[in-house]
Amino acid sequence: MSAVATRTVYRDALVERMGADPTAVCLDTDTGLFSGVDFGDAAARYLNLGIAEHTLMGVAAGMAASGWRPYVNTMAAFAGARALEAVKIDIAYNALPVRIMATHSGVSAGHLGPTHHALEDLAVMRVLPNMTVVVPADGASTTALLGQVADLPGPAYVRLGRKPTPSLPEDTPPPVLGRIQRLRDGGEVVLVCAGPLPVLAALEAAGTLAAEDGLDVGVLHAHTLKPFDTGTLTAATAGARLVVTVEEHWPSGGLGSAVAEELAEHAPRPLLRIAMPDRFVDTVGGQERLMADNGITAEGVAARVRARLAGLADTAAAPGTQTRPIP
Amino acid sequence: MTAVVGADTGPETSAETGAETGAETGAVVGTAGTEMTADGLRETALRIRRHIVDMCAGPEGGHLGGSLSSADILTVLYFSVLRCDPAAPDDPGRDVFLLSKGHGAIGLYATLAERGYLPVAELATYARPGGRLMGHPVRAVPGVEMPTGSLGHGLALGLGFALSARLAGRANRAFVLLGDGELQEGSCWESAIAAAAQGADNLVAIVDRNGLQLTGATEQISPLEPMAARWRAFNWAVREVDGHDHEALREALASAPWEPGRPSVVVASTVKGQGLAMVAGKAHSHYATLSERMHARAVRALRAGDR
Repeated sequence: MSAVATRTVYRDALVERMGADPTAVCLDTDTGLFSGVDFGDAAARYLNLGIAEHTLMGVAAGMAASGWRPYVNTMAAFAGARALEAVKIDIAYNALPVRIMATHSGVSAGHLGPTHHALEDLAVMRVLPNMTVVVPADGASTTALLGQVADLPGPAYVRLGRKPTPSLPEDTPPPVLGRIQRLRDGGEVVLVCAGPLPVLAALEAAGTLAAEDGLDVGVLHAHTLKPFDTGTLTAATAGARLVVTVEEHWPSGGLGSAVAEELAEHAPRPLLRIAMPDRFVDTVGGQERLMADNGITAEGVAARVRARLAGLADTAAAPGTQTRPIP
Repeated sequence: MTAVVGADTGPETSAETGAETGAETGAVVGTAGTEMTADGLRETALRIRRHIVDMCAGPEGGHLGGSLSSADILTVLYFSVLRCDPAAPDDPGRDVFLLSKGHGAIGLYATLAERGYLPVAELATYARPGGRLMGHPVRAVPGVEMPTGSLGHGLALGLGFALSARLAGRANRAFVLLGDGELQEGSCWESAIAAAAQGADNLVAIVDRNGLQLTGATEQISPLEPMAARWRAFNWAVREVDGHDHEALREALASAPWEPGRPSVVVASTVKGQGLAMVAGKAHSHYATLSERMHARAVRALRAGDR
């Protein structure tokens, strides 16, 4: 299984895009991502604005309003928190075609610590009107989704990682923007996931639960958090004993919240949200380690699913019991 | 409101062929305002002040003092400096104006109405339910390039427009009107650094230096002096002018950029509430809801002040 960093795949795709689209501009905040990159004839359309994330978003809005298609570059921690007001007012309100390319998302900044982790970015971006929110899971899905985001008339937030993460299975078809991708059929337990390590954990956990527990487990890849594909979600989870979300985000506002909102409103099912815990992660570790510490692994997901299914069975067997503690 | 840069004004147009593109898209922009006489400017500014006072007598009142302090700057910009045409508000060759001190919205509406972007009669709908003339400007209003009101946004937006023009090889400029209190927002200085670093000499900032913010003097709350020296230290070309002297404003604004490769800033010395002796120079003029009696008094004072 090969491994690439989604930010690197994006960088190479952008160089191509800059050549193909004469309106594409690359606005940088001295991220270093483009050091040594040769944009060729498009070199004049690469601008390093310095360490200035608010200015980055404002400049991008001004350029997009003038007909350019800016790709703005910063870390997810700064795009979604520091520069949020400029994203909200200057970009989202005006529905301008700015692509916010956010690297170091989740805990992919690892040992760099909570200042550089972004476990809130999906919540804040998803709440903004006009925003499209995309979470690629590997190199191939990054390439596929970037191509589809490129021509959107409005803004988009693309969540990228820092270090290489393993690729999805080779036979995975390219994702379609705005459509949940069924990675594994199965309707008894449905795992809904987004992001490199959560998708891989969910796929492996599904195999384990099928093989060892005889469960019929489906896996949905929800790479587009906004607009959210409610139709596929409700169709794929109709009749499920349990719906499970797996993500690299704080428990509030991300994929788990999106699924909870849609199911609660349209087709309620028992739900288990697996996410990073509601606290800052200030222990040294790489992305995989920090997620493993918090149960986002195939084994962790399988264990949580088993415990919840057992809890649900107890509830069913004990009439009058309305709620159970979270396992 | 979005002017679309087509493939023909993409990268190929930046540098060598830019002048041709500019000629195609920019030269048609109306410059009728540049013909206005000194008397015309004075009368226009007075009408704009009258509109401001009228809007402050509306249901919600308005940002009176800061709108009056900006009135001469807006008059000179829209009637003597900006290459703009109400009939072609999206022309890619237009000069762009951004009211970074978005709370001065009523002054902008009055100016846009006088310039022909919207009917003067619409000013009576200011702050009335269902209308588009809000307390801070939004793009639904013809001539408003960007919604502003959260302070500290305009300079970055203006830099975006300026860099857009440069990349497309066009000669148009971006003008950004900043409040002086607004400069307490750090993002202004972040953008000032970036603009100088980019050598954006088609970006022109104007500071409405009335010395007052909501509750008092800027120098007592969070001092901004030495204002001109600060901008110079940020590598901007700086001129200090009387912000109520039309000819001085016109000369400074029309002649920018003054130094190749440097953005320009006009520090315009103004009086908050200028034109209305009853509030001039007073911080409490920041926001006012004028009663019928006060409105009548203000209208008389404007006329008297003009003599």
